Amino acid sequence: MSALKGWKEIPIGGLPFEPAVKYKTGDWRVFKPVINKDKCVKCGLCWMFCPDNAIIWDGENHPTVDYEFCKGCGICAHECPVKAIEMVRE
Amino acid sequence: MAKVVQQKMMSLNGDEAVAWAAKQSNVDVVAAFPITPQTIIMERIAEFIHDGEMDAEIIRVESEHSALSASWGAAVAGARAFTATAANGLALMWEILYIVSSTRTPVVMAIVNRALSGPINIHCDHGDSMGARDSGWIQIYSEDAQEAYDNVIQAFRISEHEDVLLPVMVMLDGFLISHTMQNVQILPDEVVSDFVGVRKVAKIKLPEFYGDKEIPFMLNPKYPISIGPLDLYDYYFEHKMQQIEAMRRAPNVIRQVHKEYAEISGRSYGDGMLDPYKVDDADALIIGIGSTMGTLKAVVDELREEGKKLGSVRIRVFRPFPADEIRKLASGVSSVGVLDRSASFGAEGGPLFLEVRSALYSLRDRPPVLGYVYGLGGRDMPPKLLKKIAEEVLSAKEEPEKPKIAFPGVRE
Repeated sequence: MSALKGWKEIPIGGLPFEPAVKYKTGDWRVFKPVINKDKCVKCGLCWMFCPDNAIIWDGENHPTVDYEFCKGCGICAHECPVKAIEMVRE
Repeated sequence: MAKVVQQKMMSLNGDEAVAWAAKQSNVDVVAAFPITPQTIIMERIAEFIHDGEMDAEIIRVESEHSALSASWGAAVAGARAFTATAANGLALMWEILYIVSSTRTPVVMAIVNRALSGPINIHCDHGDSMGARDSGWIQIYSEDAQEAYDNVIQAFRISEHEDVLLPVMVMLDGFLISHTMQNVQILPDEVVSDFVGVRKVAKIKLPEFYGDKEIPFMLNPKYPISIGPLDLYDYYFEHKMQQIEAMRRAPNVIRQVHKEYAEISGRSYGDGMLDPYKVDDADALIIGIGSTMGTLKAVVDELREEGKKLGSVRIRVFRPFPADEIRKLASGVSSVGVLDRSASFGAEGGPLFLEVRSALYSLRDRPPVLGYVYGLGGRDMPPKLLKKIAEEVLSAKEEPEKPKIAFPGVRE
């Protein structure tokens, strides 16, 4: 995050002046999802269910986790049909 | 200077006068829920719309919470929105009052002052709107039906002014004004329409991240913005500071709009913030709000005939509070009385008393301030009682150690 702005510098009425992508929420996490690539069948359910768009696809077309934004909710691990995602304490 | 316009004299009660003002002010959306003594406003507006005399969308909602929510929604979509309520209806709007003001949305609302339950009561006191004095709305109080009409028209200009962008509530006393027939001068439709114009949505400048451009401050698919998102300890205070600053800027706008309106209507009320009466050589002042101050003018005249130099000051705008003007008027007088038509339970006096006394604290020779809480639940304030209060204020010599609050009109 950049330095906090003063009241004269920001738009009135509580309008957001920075997009959500600049607000890293990864440090909210207590448990982090770890994807076991050997078990993963690339079905994409974790990607579909992630409420924060924190599942991204790596170069080998594997789902992987964007830890800058993943809040550790565990939905991906819950939905994974082959139990390839484990929630590990940070 | 514009010329005073020829006007039509009509017999209207205060509610009807407010409905006429809304009808002529190019209002796009009206959302309201009936509540005594406000109901006539909505009835007349519904009739105007039905008869094709007013081109506005009327939203019939299931509660006042929804009424103000719908008005807010319409206003953030760029419409000019109007609503009206009283007492318990205002109480039900509470949450949305703060949302409208903090999102800097221009909305005009007429409040027909009525005592808040309980015990349930439909008659006038200012307890309802006084409770909302810290909600971030500009508050303008009227003395009679004519002024209620004038104030609603001016309110749109004030609320939508880019230096202000705050909602405005216009108060009129329940029954005493709302249901009392009076000769009201009505401006021609086109004159009011020109005066208020069609709502111009304010522009806001977006920060560099979005391309450093100006966009209209409204919901518009072309320029998507979120209105009313979460705002925690990192920025909430800054946004409140902006509201405080907007309130500081409001008096200049209120005075300017009042002056321009006076030029076309021929009617003015002091400088627009407060309405002083015979204060120039006054020994003592009585400061108050609303219709009682009309009665007080007659009492001032009567006392002046007896050689007693009383002056009166009617507060038109309670938020933002005209503290500088009060200080100017009260410096040099020997005593000040304050009439409050509402109680602040557990406080040292009524809300107006607290404001006035606080304003005068910085005066080197501050006069004693006497507080009077009167008229709760519509209890009458006859001239005889006002005269008694006035004589007490005139004879007050020094500030008592503890504030002296009296309750004229209550039975022991």
